[in-house]
Amino acid sequence: MTRISVTVDGTTYEDEVEPRLLLVHYLRDRLGLTGTPIGCDTSNCGACTVDLDGATAKSCSVLAVQADGSEVTTVQGLAANGEWHPLQKAFHEQHALQCGYCTPGMLMAARDLLRENPGPSADEVRHALEGNLCRCTGYQNIVRAVLAASGAAGPAAAEPSPQEVAP
Amino acid sequence: MSERTTEREVGRSRPRKEDARLVTGQTTWTDNIGVTGLLHLAILRSPMAHARLTRVDVSGALGRPGVVAAFTGRDLAATTASLPCAWPVTEDIVLPDHPAVAVDEVRYAGDPVAVVVARDRYAAADALEAIEVDYEPLPPVLDLEAALADGSPLVHADKGTNRSYVWPLATGEDYGAVRRRADVVLRRRYLQQRLIPNAMEPRAVVVTPLAASGEYTVYSATQIPHVLRVMLSMVTGVPEHKLRVVAPDVGGGFGSKLQVYGEEVVALDVARRLGRPVKWTESRSEGHLATHHGRGQVQDIEVAATSEGKLLGLKVDLLADMGAYLMLVTPGIPILGAFMYPAIYKMDAYEFSCTGVFTTRTPTDAYRGAGRPEATYAIERIMDELAVEVGLDPVELRRRNWIGHEEFPYTSVSGLTYDSGDYEAATDKALALFGYDELRAEQAKRTESGDPVRLGIGVSTYTEMCGLAPSRVLRDLRYAAGGWEAASIRMLPTGKVEVVTGSSPHGQGHETCWSQIAADVLGVPFEDVEVVHGDTRSAPQGMDTYGSRSLVVGGTAVHHAARKVVEKARRVAAHLLEADERDLDFADGVFSVKGSPEARRTIQEVAFETFSSHDLPDGMEPTVNAEHLVDPDNFSYPHGTHLCAVEVDTETGRTSIRSYVCVDDVGRVVNPVIVEGQVHGGLAQGIAQALYEEAVYDDEGNLVSGSLADYLVPGAPDLPEFTTDRTETPATSNPLGVKGVGEAGTIASTPAVVNAIVDALRPLGVRDVAMPCSPGRIWEALRSARAGREAQKEGRS
Repeated sequence: MTRISVTVDGTTYEDEVEPRLLLVHYLRDRLGLTGTPIGCDTSNCGACTVDLDGATAKSCSVLAVQADGSEVTTVQGLAANGEWHPLQKAFHEQHALQCGYCTPGMLMAARDLLRENPGPSADEVRHALEGNLCRCTGYQNIVRAVLAASGAAGPAAAEPSPQEVAP
Repeated sequence: MSERTTEREVGRSRPRKEDARLVTGQTTWTDNIGVTGLLHLAILRSPMAHARLTRVDVSGALGRPGVVAAFTGRDLAATTASLPCAWPVTEDIVLPDHPAVAVDEVRYAGDPVAVVVARDRYAAADALEAIEVDYEPLPPVLDLEAALADGSPLVHADKGTNRSYVWPLATGEDYGAVRRRADVVLRRRYLQQRLIPNAMEPRAVVVTPLAASGEYTVYSATQIPHVLRVMLSMVTGVPEHKLRVVAPDVGGGFGSKLQVYGEEVVALDVARRLGRPVKWTESRSEGHLATHHGRGQVQDIEVAATSEGKLLGLKVDLLADMGAYLMLVTPGIPILGAFMYPAIYKMDAYEFSCTGVFTTRTPTDAYRGAGRPEATYAIERIMDELAVEVGLDPVELRRRNWIGHEEFPYTSVSGLTYDSGDYEAATDKALALFGYDELRAEQAKRTESGDPVRLGIGVSTYTEMCGLAPSRVLRDLRYAAGGWEAASIRMLPTGKVEVVTGSSPHGQGHETCWSQIAADVLGVPFEDVEVVHGDTRSAPQGMDTYGSRSLVVGGTAVHHAARKVVEKARRVAAHLLEADERDLDFADGVFSVKGSPEARRTIQEVAFETFSSHDLPDGMEPTVNAEHLVDPDNFSYPHGTHLCAVEVDTETGRTSIRSYVCVDDVGRVVNPVIVEGQVHGGLAQGIAQALYEEAVYDDEGNLVSGSLADYLVPGAPDLPEFTTDRTETPATSNPLGVKGVGEAGTIASTPAVVNAIVDALRPLGVRDVAMPCSPGRIWEALRSARAGREAQKEGRS
């Protein structure tokens, strides 16, 4: 067992974990943060994508011990002050989800894209989401939603900074 | 007057109610469910396609840390019956016993061999390694034709044959006679590769027992909680009234969760044995072996036609890969296609036969479209070949043969009565959106210039039988269950509404659409309606969701139940207003007396008055709640025209879709944006069959495409932007005029893409490319066409 300290969606947790425990199982089974689902075992589908210290990571491919001392943001930490993230709103408004199982990973990957490239083209969106599989939507409305979120909010306003959301 | 309110919600692109929990991660996937003392199951699976089990020893696993119990197939067979097949399509079908966990023999790679129960999922997985199994290899059975030959190794030796059934159909005139008067007879063989459905949520099941009273709650990632309850009761002997089945949030199905799986049976049986809650969650790679596959057919199709391209007759002979066992509706899948081969075309004779064949592979069963995409593929591919043969544009050939819009209702040669449709309108709209003539001109220019990147244009029309299904037709097809659907509506005292549906959504948006339907009929706000589904305790009656049936049958049931509520409420309102029921108008949720509109009661007020029951009409039951079950009179028949333009690089074999246009007619539309989404997703899966996906087995019967690393589910860059549009010819078989949309995109897109590829390469001598049309396959097809041309040249010189 190894002792780790991880901050997830703003809360810091300290736990003893088996060194082989996957981050996604830590989130789901130990912390009860089941918003992040598991869709495969080969890191192809991206359903389990989270933000790990400012970059996306497939949490099925990271050990919990590797996240020691890190900050993790999951889909459950996207909304701020009861307000949905612009991407969450756009996915809803553009019908970018059906069964919704891929949605947490898609949101996290799209959020990463918009941080890097605030005004992507449709083609850039498709390539940025290459590592996230969806079986329901054919991706068209996902692309539409990401473009809408980028256009609607602009790069700076896309996500409130921590200072702005602080009470 | 109530028609005015109808326009308010139905037909409106309402963003979905379901989304709030899905975009915020507040979901209830089955694997999310945790209860105190939960144990985890892991399943040891056969690494061999076919072998006798001479020893299965689980004692080693029992000593592992955290392991609570372990069971062999023989242990579990003592308390569970064979897994069910509800569709024995012929009287003399060969229907083998199917234990949830293998007892004497394994018959596909992935067949369960033993089960471990442990305190957490890691411990359970570890303990599998300590189970000792001796396998005595038996020959695999993989080729459908060879499997039927004398002397073939047998999948089920005790049955003496690999032939499960032969299902024939001959309708219209005698095909042989019609064939003799034809100018053109074309015969082709098409292969439907096996596909792995890959719903994004892997399967999972949680069973919580209440040992003292022998009650069990089964949470399962299933499309069919109601059917599952009946079947689990029959297989395990847990009395039906002691069994509650819940389909919580379910992450896609596409037919793969229309099943009664061994893992569901095992989880229930183990929970019963141990008196403790258990969970089993499939890994993706495990699912590739253990979740049923789709398609898997060899199609021999022959058309007889005049030299003007007029179809006279059609003959189809199928070999259908059942896999190792017959699961819930395995044998019936190709039969769902049997009636669809004649498609939208008029002809005089039709002959069909399907032979179900056992192989040592994962069982097949429903996958989006289920029989109908296969049928549409074969007929639409050979229509293109016929067009070439008689020298007609493929659209013109279809025009000469399809049923005219003035001919509806039309009884097809296979005996279906198509109630409505307008193939001309859908095709004309699609051609215009696509720019068909311009693309043909560009194609001619590029062919002439010898452009190594060829442009190909593919067309596919289609119709499908949806809204499964009239129960009497199901009886005639020997399907064990009915095809009705149930809905009930509860008016709560405060005027809010609960719609209880027997349909069981897994991404389709029932909560939104059913709210729209109920809101219109009742005249209540959309937001005031809550849809209850997927739990046999709160939604006790249902036939669940598959076959594009939910809206057509389940939505219709909601509509009728809501009408009943209004009629009951009218009686209360009339009493309260001291008026005759016939003198009441009802609009926008308000009953008012004709001629004195100030005398009024809202339906919400009526709901409260009924709750208090202080002043109801004499003898009236104190409720306005209502229930309605619908058994459809007919199937519904969506149709459409899809056009695809591809660019095929003849040097690399790479195909890219340049444009894709589809015009679908799914009847009236409740929520246009949801319909569009269904079409998009269907297109993606149909295109994936054409270009990307295949369950590949090696000669030993090992599944080579055993993970998402080896099986190409397309990502965003692999698919084009689609242009979708609709025509709207209402169904006449239900009051909503709806036809169903879940499978449409999948059905038409596969042949549209392959027709486009073959169209691009036909000038180079290519007549067919087997799916998936990978760069390698296309390059091979080009090479063998070139070799053929050169051999011909040499032969002449």
